Amino acid sequence: MSEKEQANIILFSGDLDKALAAFIVATTAASMGMEVNMFFTFWGLNVIKKNEGSLKSKGLRLWMLNLLNRGGSKRLTLSKLHMFGMGTAMMKGLMKENKMPSVDELIALAKKLGVKMIACTTTCGVMGLDEDAFRPEVDFLAGAATFLGDARKAKINLFI
Amino acid sequence: MKADHTLDCMGLLCPMPVVNTALKLEEMKEGEVLEIVADDKGIKKDMPAWCEATGQECMSIEQKGNEFHVFVRKKS
Repeated sequence: MSEKEQANIILFSGDLDKALAAFIVATTAASMGMEVNMFFTFWGLNVIKKNEGSLKSKGLRLWMLNLLNRGGSKRLTLSKLHMFGMGTAMMKGLMKENKMPSVDELIALAKKLGVKMIACTTTCGVMGLDEDAFRPEVDFLAGAATFLGDARKAKINLFI
Repeated sequence: MKADHTLDCMGLLCPMPVVNTALKLEEMKEGEVLEIVADDKGIKKDMPAWCEATGQECMSIEQKGNEFHVFVRKKS
């Protein structure tokens, strides 16, 4: 029995379009029997933050950051043509009409297919976030060393 | 071509046809044939590629109008 091939994806971006691309690649790889790890860092943490509730903020800078950068899958925007919300809304409409899955649906699908979702501890530290800030699908928090320990064995390594 | 099971993927875009195929095949027995019906034009390349990666047998792809009927036999 041959060992499973591994695919690793680092999601640095917090844009809606990039998050969708990352999850589509992740779920397709998982559907092909690959072991898939997703490492969410910096703006990528916005994709896996809880949608409801408020973020704990200590200090003025974090308070401002969490206000302007609340995150959560329902608040993601396009990387281009966001146009104060019009562009993102229109793109979401197009995707819905074409039955393209939403970020939430892709996260559920990824979970079902065994994709591991990891949040970056360093970014969490800088932004004052702990496990409570993230949705239940996130498996654990870890650093670059943990991630790279696995990534070196991976056949596919992507930075999105 | 006769199939043991059918999977309707009409109107679904990549990656849903292959992902749903993967999930359906898991429930099926070895040797059984799954017929996937989809209108995603990419499926002509996607399904053979997926089958090659997973070791399943992509038996044939028939086109009827805008429908693609893909027959996959579960090998393992």
